[in-house]
Amino acid sequence: MKIMKTLTHLLTLSLIIFSQVVLAQQPSENMLQNMFVGAEPGDTIYIPAGEYNLNRSLWLDEGKDVLILGDGMDETVLSFSDQKDGAEGIKVTNSNNIRIESLTVQDTKGDAIKVQETDGIAFINVKAEWTGKPDEKNGAYGLYPVMCSNVLIDQCEAVGASDAGIYVGQSKDIIVKNSVAHHNVAGIEIENSLNADVFDNLAYENTGGLLVFDLPGLVQKKGGNVRLFNNEVRDNNYKNFAPKGNIVGKVPPGTGVMILATNNVEIYGNKITNNKTAGTAIISYYMTEEPISDTTYYPYPTAINIHDNEYSRERIRATFKGRMGKLFRLKLKFGKDVPHIIYDGIIDSKLLTESGNMPDESKICIRNNKNQTFANIDAENDFKNISDDLSNHDCTQSPLSSASLKNSGDE
Amino acid sequence: MSKKLVYVILGIGVLISVSYKHIEEKPKYKNSLSEYGFFSDLANQIPNEGVIPYNLNTPLFSDYAYKKRFIAVPDGKAIAYNDSVSFEMPVGTKIIKTFYYPLDERKPEKGNLLMETRLLIHEEDGWTALPYIWNDEQTDAYLSLAGDLKPITWVNKKGKKQKLDYLIPNKNQCKGCHIRGKEMKPIGPAARHLNKDYNYKDGIENQLKYWKEQGILANLPADFTAIPQNALWEDLSSTLNLRARSWLDINCGHCHSPQGPANTSGLFLDIHQTDPYKFGILKPPVAAGRGSGDRAYDIVPGKPDQSILVYRMEENDPGIRMPEIGRTIAHKEGLQLIKEWIKEME
Repeated sequence: MKIMKTLTHLLTLSLIIFSQVVLAQQPSENMLQNMFVGAEPGDTIYIPAGEYNLNRSLWLDEGKDVLILGDGMDETVLSFSDQKDGAEGIKVTNSNNIRIESLTVQDTKGDAIKVQETDGIAFINVKAEWTGKPDEKNGAYGLYPVMCSNVLIDQCEAVGASDAGIYVGQSKDIIVKNSVAHHNVAGIEIENSLNADVFDNLAYENTGGLLVFDLPGLVQKKGGNVRLFNNEVRDNNYKNFAPKGNIVGKVPPGTGVMILATNNVEIYGNKITNNKTAGTAIISYYMTEEPISDTTYYPYPTAINIHDNEYSRERIRATFKGRMGKLFRLKLKFGKDVPHIIYDGIIDSKLLTESGNMPDESKICIRNNKNQTFANIDAENDFKNISDDLSNHDCTQSPLSSASLKNSGDE
Repeated sequence: MSKKLVYVILGIGVLISVSYKHIEEKPKYKNSLSEYGFFSDLANQIPNEGVIPYNLNTPLFSDYAYKKRFIAVPDGKAIAYNDSVSFEMPVGTKIIKTFYYPLDERKPEKGNLLMETRLLIHEEDGWTALPYIWNDEQTDAYLSLAGDLKPITWVNKKGKKQKLDYLIPNKNQCKGCHIRGKEMKPIGPAARHLNKDYNYKDGIENQLKYWKEQGILANLPADFTAIPQNALWEDLSSTLNLRARSWLDINCGHCHSPQGPANTSGLFLDIHQTDPYKFGILKPPVAAGRGSGDRAYDIVPGKPDQSILVYRMEENDPGIRMPEIGRTIAHKEGLQLIKEWIKEME
């Protein structure tokens, strides 16, 4: 009996030693490829701590209930600086209930993590970054769910994206929270997406902090029902390093929050500080000066509700860079007293009532913000009647309902 | 032995198997190409009876690799003809495509370097793609779901030594091109790609007619003028427009179509697209990132060097190049064709 016990102890010990030795080794690139390609429903793809230099994208397709798990944001680091193949670091497609947790994807040639056509995707404690000085040669998007539903992004970080750090495109039912985005062109962007809650995030030192865009020519035509609340949006004055041709290339440095042609957006409880060009900008697609060929596209922002935010800024000039800089320099001439909230004033005249008013349910409402200075820049009439009169906007919209997720990988 | 100990041992076992879950090639797929019995001479790719070779009008460019294509349809079954999309094929159909480089393109007698053979197998629940990689001895090819990157050299038509890292896609990358909506589909076997002559061992014949005679193609229209035909991209007797659209159709249209994975971009390059905005004319990019190359539109008529389409065909950087999968170097001649096409546009 004693021998039996000793033997068992020995066996245990050897197993422990074996497991330590094996676990201390990193899986090779081919082993990782196999784990991604061969993932079965319910699998965990565990990537132990370490720095991995990978040549090729890791791709999970038709995954179901799969967890991609590292040992910690700064412990498991997948570097793609020598990438030879694939336009992203990790790619997930046509999947269901996927969770990516506790790892970093670094220096990919294209997007860091792209998730497409997936119902239920959670990014938890994940970092996407491009190391070194922000550069237009960096990949476009950090965390990039597109055409997904039930999207959760929690405790993540995105750094150095030449388009958007956290970018949710053409998706629905979305929560982005507790995350940090800095030194991207756009910090966090919600584009052509429905039912999104973006809260308790920090966006700093991007070109633009939080963007909500509806663009023409896409498969999911219409976004909206987006709530931005309790975020800190500060010092988003970084130069715009997006390659030309991209819509975010038009975002002027110094943009805190920008709403482009989206309907039903509620912005409240945010701290919007030291964004030198516009604490909050509400604009139509016409401001991009791009032609619209998509006949089903609606280019006007309507039903925007901005309330209970806290604005502050240093007394400095807006950007003088780019088309928008030119506009500020030559037309708007605010000097150092740039209003916090800027509205292009381009309206859909078809909406107007017989008495020439915007119906209540379509109004841009601005109320009860700390330091709410305002300008309607009358872009439609070549900026002739720039006005700080808020009376047309002293209203409120009924609160939007909260986003709720099913099957997000977050039990 | 205490229960606790058993749990500890079990736990460690599970931990090891979880962290080291190495996917063995599944037994439901054959491990080697030879096991399928497609060829009477495997190394020289001489097919057995019932395995029919074919080729396409304009083919997909894959780093100047040569390709041999074969199709095997189960006995007594037939493919259903249609004029617009890839054919519906009976369950059990196998499509075989071998990628290779002649060691010296000027001297075929020197032999070939076989890289990989990709199979598309039509199973009960849909198409499956399986990559088989040729061994160094060139005697057989073995299943590899993970793909590979292999440095190779060969001598091109001009006598110049060529060098590249040849990329063998993993199983999911196969799907990157072959998915339509939610389903895997073959790309090449469509009327417009197959409508051409082939030099069979019993003489030259139109491939579609031959398939019909072999009993593997049903419902082929009697009136051949009703059957669409893509151009051979280098055939100067076709119009510039048809050559260019044919090149874009096979190289880009599988992804950039309303049902393809690049539909996120709103750019559709399949041959059926007639809306100039949707095939790129003065269309701004959506999520191209640095793929835009500081250019404003996919196609600027008359200005190939201001068109994003051209930029992404030229570049070899994996974050910029198009197609994303299947090439690491540019197709210079195809690029020239697309540049000419854009240059001629009003």
